[in-house]
Amino acid sequence: MSEPSAANLGGRNQPKPSAVSAEFRILLEDVHLTLGGRAICRGLSCGFPRGKITVLMGGSGSGKSTLLRLVAGLIRPDRGRILVAGQDVTRLSERDLYKVRERIGMLFQHGALLDSMTIFDNVALPLREHTKLSERDIGAEVSRRLVAVGLPDTEALLPRQLSGGMLRRAALARAIVSDPEIVLCDEPFSGLDPINVRRIEKLLVGLNASLGITMVVTSHHIPSSLRMADQIAFLIDGEAVCGTPEALLSSADKRVREFLEAEHAADVENAGAVS
Amino acid sequence: MRLTAVETLGLRTVSLVAHLGRIAHFIGQIALDSVRPPFRFQRLVGEVFDVGVLSLAIICLSGATVGAVLGLQGYTTLSRFGATNSLGAVVGLSLVRELGPVLTALLVTGRAGSAMAAEIASMVTTEQLDGLRMMSIDPVDFIVKPKALAMLLVMPMLNALFICLGLFGGYVVGVELLGLDGGTYISSMENAITWSDDVAGTLLKSMIFGALVGFIATYRGYTAEPTSAGVSAATTGTVVVGSVTVLLFDYVITALWGV
Repeated sequence: MSEPSAANLGGRNQPKPSAVSAEFRILLEDVHLTLGGRAICRGLSCGFPRGKITVLMGGSGSGKSTLLRLVAGLIRPDRGRILVAGQDVTRLSERDLYKVRERIGMLFQHGALLDSMTIFDNVALPLREHTKLSERDIGAEVSRRLVAVGLPDTEALLPRQLSGGMLRRAALARAIVSDPEIVLCDEPFSGLDPINVRRIEKLLVGLNASLGITMVVTSHHIPSSLRMADQIAFLIDGEAVCGTPEALLSSADKRVREFLEAEHAADVENAGAVS
Repeated sequence: MRLTAVETLGLRTVSLVAHLGRIAHFIGQIALDSVRPPFRFQRLVGEVFDVGVLSLAIICLSGATVGAVLGLQGYTTLSRFGATNSLGAVVGLSLVRELGPVLTALLVTGRAGSAMAAEIASMVTTEQLDGLRMMSIDPVDFIVKPKALAMLLVMPMLNALFICLGLFGGYVVGVELLGLDGGTYISSMENAITWSDDVAGTLLKSMIFGALVGFIATYRGYTAEPTSAGVSAATTGTVVVGSVTVLLFDYVITALWGV
């Protein structure tokens, strides 16, 4: 097992990521961000490898979701560079950001499906807006994606008629319907039962394996994260410690180990209580 | 201490200018999106239904009631001067020049404007607008523009309906209940109201009110804090700011153009 970050990039005391940028689909360099007087990022540098799954971990309020929003260009850092598919999203206008976002799919924590539209219309929306496909082709594509996420008979339903797990899967179908190169997933497992956690985990891993999509997933769910991650980026004090799951489990950093062990103990406790 | 006061003044001035800039940018964006494709007719029709059709009941009921009250009050006052034959003119002019556009705007602000603000604000809270941005769809173009345009289009129509029902209410009270001659009521109204001045004026007023209410409701919703308190503040703010703005602009329009 290697030490966190030693092999690749990113964390404190690491070489500047620009030296290894070709390896990464997403690269953050010396990112600083303060929100509401609280420093979220303090010179954060890390990279998310092309075609791999990176799981962002850290305590509540450590800035995992904020980091995803930074990558998506939904918020801008005070300082630093964020390269997504080779483009610095911190310097792009909103109109230019739309071009970059056409290559990104995002799964929001609560789905963010338009509640006035049916599931079909929600999933079809990116295709209707950005392609010249006929309604028939769009229909076929949407059905294919909904089947892929295990929701074949939900086309006519409204988002409020779905459970949390189904909503998350429908949102995933929308996120991948345009065949994005990058998928950002914000807490895809939160509030889900173990069966749905497994189901979504399998979906994400399957998508990554079959389409080679670069994925960045924020999660508190240690077992899933350890199973699916090619790399884990651990956020502490506004900085990132990166490494393979194996490397982080044997990390010399006490804070990383404490977090993983505490979460793992809680998972075991919960499992005991359930059984 | 003096420096702090200067700093505070500077901060507030910068904040005010930034806020005005955001408002101007928002209005400009709606205006620009309105004249360039995609025009989103289907979404516009849906919004026209939400703003217009769903407001019909309240507009019809209020119009008829206001007209009936005007008939009663007008008859009582005019009878003191022996001028009850002018009841049609009084009811007609009051409704067309003033009460129609203003009350319609206030009612629509309370019913449709607040609903519009709450809907957009809750979309902010549930990240639906960010979801659109991540699909490279501009939320102003997709969500805000159809709502603002619907308000602009529907307000004159609802105003016309309010006035018609008001005239009918005045007729029922004046002619059917108080015994005025129907022909006198109608001809008095016809002689008093002019198309070029009164009718065109009321339509212009209601279009301006529609634009104002549409902008205020969508802006309040769009800039709401992503919390339940933010949704509540957007809704309340729309009703309060919208109503006061309508009344202020009513005075300004009347003072400037005499309509």
